[in-house]
Amino acid sequence: MIATGNHAVAYGVRSARAEVVAAYPITPQTQIVEKLSEFMASGEMRGRYIRVESEHSALSACYGAAACGARAFTATSSQGLLYMNEMVFWTGLGRIPMVMAVVNRTLAPPWSIWNEHTDQLAQRDAGWISMICESVQEAYDTSIMAFRVAEDAEVMQPVMFGLDAFSLSHTAERLDLMPQEDADAFLPRLDPSMLPVLMDTRSPATYGNLTGPDAMMEVRSAIRDALERSKRVIEEAAGAFGRASGRRQAGLVEDYRCGDAEVVIVVAGASSGDAKDAADALRDQGTRAGVLRMKAVRPFPSEAIVRAVGGAKAVAVVDRDYSFGMGGILATEAASVVGGRAARYVAGLGGRDIRPEDFMGMAADALRAAESGDPAQGHEVWWGLRRSPSAPGGQGGA
Amino acid sequence: MVTLKELRQDELFLPGNASCPGCMLSLAIRMALKVLGPNTVMTVPACCSAVIQGYYPRSSSAVPTLNTAFAAAAATASGMSAALELSGRGETSVVAWAGDGGTADIGIQGLSGAAERGENFIYVCYDNEAYMNTGTQSSSATPAGAATTTAIRGKAEPKKDVPAIMAAHGVPYVATACAAFPLDLADKIKKAMSIRGLKYIHILTPCPPGWRYPTERGVDVGRMAVMTGSWILYEWQGGRYTLTGPSRGLLDRSRRRPLADYLRMQGRFGQLGDAEVARLQDELDARWAGMARRLEGGAGRGEAGPGE
Ligand SMILES: Cc1ncc(C[n+]2csc(CCOP(=O)(O)OP(=O)(O)O)c2C)c(N)n1
Ligand code: SF4
Ligand SMILES: [Mg+2]
Repeated sequence: MIATGNHAVAYGVRSARAEVVAAYPITPQTQIVEKLSEFMASGEMRGRYIRVESEHSALSACYGAAACGARAFTATSSQGLLYMNEMVFWTGLGRIPMVMAVVNRTLAPPWSIWNEHTDQLAQRDAGWISMICESVQEAYDTSIMAFRVAEDAEVMQPVMFGLDAFSLSHTAERLDLMPQEDADAFLPRLDPSMLPVLMDTRSPATYGNLTGPDAMMEVRSAIRDALERSKRVIEEAAGAFGRASGRRQAGLVEDYRCGDAEVVIVVAGASSGDAKDAADALRDQGTRAGVLRMKAVRPFPSEAIVRAVGGAKAVAVVDRDYSFGMGGILATEAASVVGGRAARYVAGLGGRDIRPEDFMGMAADALRAAESGDPAQGHEVWWGLRRSPSAPGGQGGA
Repeated sequence: MVTLKELRQDELFLPGNASCPGCMLSLAIRMALKVLGPNTVMTVPACCSAVIQGYYPRSSSAVPTLNTAFAAAAATASGMSAALELSGRGETSVVAWAGDGGTADIGIQGLSGAAERGENFIYVCYDNEAYMNTGTQSSSATPAGAATTTAIRGKAEPKKDVPAIMAAHGVPYVATACAAFPLDLADKIKKAMSIRGLKYIHILTPCPPGWRYPTERGVDVGRMAVMTGSWILYEWQGGRYTLTGPSRGLLDRSRRRPLADYLRMQGRFGQLGDAEVARLQDELDARWAGMARRLEGGAGRGEAGPGE
């Protein structure tokens, strides 16, 4: 079939047999929740669609439902994700193994509905596993895999996965659905007795009450350990899903021609395809380039990055996000494992196109900086920034 | 009518909990759980009720209890109720137990949403008439004249009438109660358990440090709140208001104790002069006149409650 990224997520959540969906509409996520409410109403999905009055309530309802043993899902984007921020931490730190799709959209002001990753990356310290998809098919596949990872006894943490606004959410591509028997075999029914948080009247317990300094370090370290173990669980789930579907899956990262690369482009999201085209074109011109696509941003795939960039002279990290006063978020984090080799590029903010030529230019620039002995660290370029002063602060233009 | 003898002997909110001495909220939750019984799950947002559970890994709540964010009680309960129903455990009572701040202020949006959706759970607002957990700041449920740390001369605005707001949503059951009348409270909890949909129960719970009265006088203060008519016990069901308990006899103004008897028991009203007390008495009498009209007219959904 042909489907958009948004519909792919809805089909994936149906394949995963989510039981409680609580969501609030926001462009460009609306098709996900419309489709899911339709599936619930028609009986194609067995469960309840809770038409909440806000995103804070969406995630709160998922929190309550999951704590009572249901497989829970929500989807949001940008402002909606920020509005549920408090509950992102309640569910992450509360060890609620649910799943959320985030259509990655620029944060206001000024208003923008186009793609940026800052919305999702701003939630990276909440104890959620956090991934970003590249294609419509991967959005579907990840919708199913995410539940398996979240509910793995070794993990029991929530999973969010991003899809780029419009370039993925609204782009129609070929989509293969998994036969339901295969999905059920891959993702068995949730066994509530495994849940770290469970409202069970036969075994009453209180969750989240006041916890003193004597116990908090231990409570937190259990989450650290779960995220660390999730690295292996994510790879295993990708392997098993790949075998079941016949479609190769990225685990934490996708390594595209990095093996002998002298320059590696590190990137996340839908524009990774253009980065791969750029690597091919560079190789045609005699530059050995590769792409490391970060599918997981939490857990941060440190080992996989170190392995992939191996002996490369230069690493060009392309951020579609920004932490003001510091730099691109992925570049800052990548630098923590590859050090001075990471050259930082900020590109595509607010949904501006990043073309294959741009990726080629950034790779060449990173290589030049490395060869000229320029300390790459601190080498930050806002790629394609127009110098002509437009409306300051974006006022009036939106 | 629930009688004392019928109440279960064992405690589901355990003694030795971390409330202040004389806390009437602690009494209300204890009584409510005696009626609700062990087939109950509860969610509690930020408030004194979160604190009085005590320190992890212990808890004074003997029913499964999910703490949640300050604004999130009604939505959390919505999810709990949906999940229990889907797994064939619809008989379990789901209770959101929130303070007046978590209900009348930060949580009112989520509560309104859950009411409009017709969610199936009991929402209890225990009302100590301020943000007690953070040290007695005003909430929109703080009554006019009461001094708080953010209204040191007394709050100017009247109390927000949340039960009337809930009645305006057309939920199947709204009731007010007072921790000093535990059997009346027990009746209302019991009735709520038998009704499907969102049941809203608003319990006045005097608070010794916040209202500034001696710890042993909580029941007296609660009784006086009702006997002066300052707090009206009633039920709203099927569009009809019904007075309950001692409030039944108080339509006649001469049967009500002077409001001053209630105000003068508490330090929070200590700054009020006689003229201000008289003005509050006039406002209270007007509120009762409104209640009388409501009782006659069977005022239904969409009309203002007794608070006018
Ligand atoms: C989002 C958020 N804002 C503020 C607080 C701080 N806070 C915790 S409890 C509380 C007051 C609660 O008042 P109420 O709901 O009336 O319950 P009470 O403490 O009086 O029992 C406040 C302001 C918080 N925990 N979360
Ligand atoms: S401050 Fe008031 S409501 Fe809170 S625990 Fe103490 S007595 Fe109870
Ligand atoms: Mg209060």
